[in-house]
Amino acid sequence: MVNISLGSINIPLKAIFGSFFGSIDTSSNWNIIVLEYRLPKAITAIMVGSGLGISGLLMQTLFRNPLAGPFVLGISSGASLGVALVILGSGLFGGLFATALTTKWSIVIAASLGSFLVLLAVLMVSNKVRDTMAILIIGLMFGSITAAVVSVLSYFSSAEQLQQYIFWGFGSLSNLSWEELFIFFGIYAVGIVLSIASIKGLNSLLLGDNYAKSLGLNLKQSRLIIILATSLIAGTVTAFAGPIAFIGLAIPHLTRQVFKTTNHKILLPAVFLFGAIVMLICDTIAQVPNSDYTLPINAITALVGAPVVIWLLVRQRKMMF
Amino acid sequence: MKTETSHIVLKANQLSIGYNTKKAETIIASNINFELQKGQLIGLVGANGIGKSTLLRTLIKVQPELSGSITLNDKDLKSTSILELAKQLSIVLTEPLTSKNLSVFELVSLGRHPYTNWIGNLTDADITIINKALVHVNILNLKDKKCFELSDGQLQKVMIARALAQDTDVIILDEPTSHLDMYHKAYILKLLQKLTKETGKTILFSSHEIDLAIQLCDTMIVMQKEKVVCNQPCQLISEGVFDSLFPKDLIVFDDKTGSFRVT
Repeated sequence: MVNISLGSINIPLKAIFGSFFGSIDTSSNWNIIVLEYRLPKAITAIMVGSGLGISGLLMQTLFRNPLAGPFVLGISSGASLGVALVILGSGLFGGLFATALTTKWSIVIAASLGSFLVLLAVLMVSNKVRDTMAILIIGLMFGSITAAVVSVLSYFSSAEQLQQYIFWGFGSLSNLSWEELFIFFGIYAVGIVLSIASIKGLNSLLLGDNYAKSLGLNLKQSRLIIILATSLIAGTVTAFAGPIAFIGLAIPHLTRQVFKTTNHKILLPAVFLFGAIVMLICDTIAQVPNSDYTLPINAITALVGAPVVIWLLVRQRKMMF
Repeated sequence: MKTETSHIVLKANQLSIGYNTKKAETIIASNINFELQKGQLIGLVGANGIGKSTLLRTLIKVQPELSGSITLNDKDLKSTSILELAKQLSIVLTEPLTSKNLSVFELVSLGRHPYTNWIGNLTDADITIINKALVHVNILNLKDKKCFELSDGQLQKVMIARALAQDTDVIILDEPTSHLDMYHKAYILKLLQKLTKETGKTILFSSHEIDLAIQLCDTMIVMQKEKVVCNQPCQLISEGVFDSLFPKDLIVFDDKTGSFRVT
């Protein structure tokens, strides 16, 4: 609510409730701002925050690695590559074609396609290896390859195109229409359902792969479901909101420290809530209340979040994992 | 009266174990035959690198057998699904836990996974079984501790309780006594012996504590380069199996005390 209220035009909370319930006395300008801009943005923030948090949690448990995040499988680098090809590569394809390519939808599609292709490659290779750790390394390697391609592309690009690409990299929660939001929500929901279905498997993975198997867990299948859930969530988030860093890595740690448990039945909903709340707070700060500026969300998440995680770790003196 | 064979829980027939890669088959041990009875404590001993772990990994279906067959409760291991297997065989491994932040109760309750619903909710019956397992290994007082707070000996007991909670006919332990002190080595093996008597489970463990195993086990499987033998410890001593277990330049087996001595 506070998040919706604050922005370059200050709208009183009362008026927001008014426009939600269609009361007549609210001024129509406010109404449009709230319903067409602020509300979708708040919903986006909730989905982005909770989604990245949950996919980070899944990856950390699957890879038994506290440094894993939603993007270890190369999802964000795949998306970056897709977007880089569209924005930076458009110069290579030339004139008219270029302007047609750089619309909003083309970026979304390029990002989804990019992350999907990289993921597909990682999945195919990972099916051949038995060791879960190897998948982690393979994901990182694919990330390096795409990063290299992006830097080659940027070398040949104009300053203007580079700026556009960098702006995409800042991440943005705004500018999502209701229509886009529905697509986002649909894919996101599938991912969340898959994550909830893997809670039991995730808990037995806490013992290690062999123990999990001895408890009757179909290792390959649940690994696939977990990776699929992550890629659906993290992939769409990146497609619609850009590569938002930090949240996916930090929220699971934050939640573990606060709840002092590694039981996923508690962690999953807790991460969902924390992710949503932190993202909303970050977005509120990024808007710089009562000013015309909107800071890049990517900078705010790390600026605000990192000290909190450091403080928690120092205070507890040990890491929960 | 039941026939003799119905008491046999785990059986290996002409088993060969090893690794199968695309290029070649590496046979580590072959011609392994044994029959393990219900309610027995079985020790698996042999020199380093002889294939004890490979045998155990094959028995718990982590790696496939090269030839021959393993029968668990009269059913071929190959045709047993992972979930069926989880209800008949539980394990305690040497590999460290991924998360030591589970409480003892949470960890032991993971043993109920093969029986719980899709999200892993525990019923009252499950909780009773978990508490019983904790009582069996004497760790009810540790119930709410976190695993990282425990000593190695305590953690080993917790892992045994988890295997008990899985409510299986067979428990297989890979070197349950490694990095424990002398007292706790004896304590853990004695505990396993008590469990076989009280619960009627068949417990198979690999160990380097040959002296202790000779004193406590009902049956021992001795792995050697040429052959794998399975018999009662006193039989094995009189056959002189332990004499040839290791090279004779440093230690020799003393028949009378049933232990090894430095020459």
